[in-house]
Amino acid sequence: MSPGPAPIVLDDVHVRREGRHVLRGVSLRLTERRVAVVGANGSGKSTLARLLNGLVLPTSGRVHVDGLDTRRHGARVRRRVGFVFTDPDAQIVMPTVAEDVAYSLRRRGLSRDEVDARVAHELERHGLAGHADHPAHLLSGGQKQLLALSSVLVTEPALVVADEPTTLLDLRHTRTVARRLATLDQQVVLVTHDLDLVADYDRVLVVDEGRVVVDDGPEPAVAAYRELMA
Amino acid sequence: MTARHRLGAGPKLAGLAVASVALLAVDSPQGVAVAVAVVLALHGAARLGPRAVWSHVRPLRWFLPCLLAVQWWLVGPSDAVVLCARLAALVALAGLVTATTSTTAILDALRRGLRPLDRWVDAERAALVLTLALRSLPVLGDLVERVRNAQRARGRERDLRAAAVPLVVGTLRRADALGEALRARGADD
Repeated sequence: MSPGPAPIVLDDVHVRREGRHVLRGVSLRLTERRVAVVGANGSGKSTLARLLNGLVLPTSGRVHVDGLDTRRHGARVRRRVGFVFTDPDAQIVMPTVAEDVAYSLRRRGLSRDEVDARVAHELERHGLAGHADHPAHLLSGGQKQLLALSSVLVTEPALVVADEPTTLLDLRHTRTVARRLATLDQQVVLVTHDLDLVADYDRVLVVDEGRVVVDDGPEPAVAAYRELMA
Repeated sequence: MTARHRLGAGPKLAGLAVASVALLAVDSPQGVAVAVAVVLALHGAARLGPRAVWSHVRPLRWFLPCLLAVQWWLVGPSDAVVLCARLAALVALAGLVTATTSTTAILDALRRGLRPLDRWVDAERAALVLTLALRSLPVLGDLVERVRNAQRARGRERDLRAAAVPLVVGTLRRADALGEALRARGADD
């Protein structure tokens, strides 16, 4: 699969959860390589991110990724979309570093040697090669997030969705993770509170009370967001 | 890589099971001494020193003396020592198997072992549940530490309920997050 913008289309999406109207009619067509989503806590931006890999299904409306409906083809969508969570501890499912990356590749019909080679390559790229057989819980918070990122990227997804991947990290690891996301060939949708990170993005969405209220380049969008929050 | 490391997980687990049962039959002090010597020799063969042996039996450090005292009183010193030494040897052996086997290898062995029961047990899922349990122990340990610190900061370290509530809530949240992460990684697809 050639990594290029996979069009993401949301068509009048509403999400209601536990009596709350979390998203209220969002229609978008995302084709840019770098899309950022900002918004206050509880604005619905995490829900918006989870729509893109079918973790959350719309109560009404439709979401298509690469032409696939997330409701009907959830499994195929998740193969194309890599998802990075805020808390890497929640995302790491295997006890050791290399095993966690290898977990992403199971049931893909790869030989053990192939799996080992791809895992080693991915860990190398993120400076984790020396930790391959270490227990994941001994890594620092930043290294854990890099491990989570490795486990996502090893499957070569067409789209990477990251939900506040730097919120729990120190400045140095924030920069490392941001740089890694910036250099990806894939299309990236980044949800973040760190407005510094979105400066180089192609398009920035501001979400407020379940609606996309600003949809613009980074500079005007961030200015509008600051005004909205003032 | 020593022979102990290279041996497949299946034979190692089977060996552990056989050794466990066999040890139950050993009830003479001489026999137990031999068993302890063998376990120590196996650690040596895997190039694991006294420190590794201690780390394997360390979880027993409070339990074993109590057991020894009770047995001493109930069945006499000789039997008490035999029983406790047997237990320590077994735990050390189990520790040795886990220390020289990757989780993936253990899980693969388990999956193979469960395959004949395919009709009743989803081997893939059973193995995954065990892995998640292993992975969750340190994470929950961190949570306990955080909750305790929070209680301490508020001068409530003796209030059991004040500790239990955030612990249970935190654990359930963590379970939710883990489920979500598994789905995102295609566990159910």
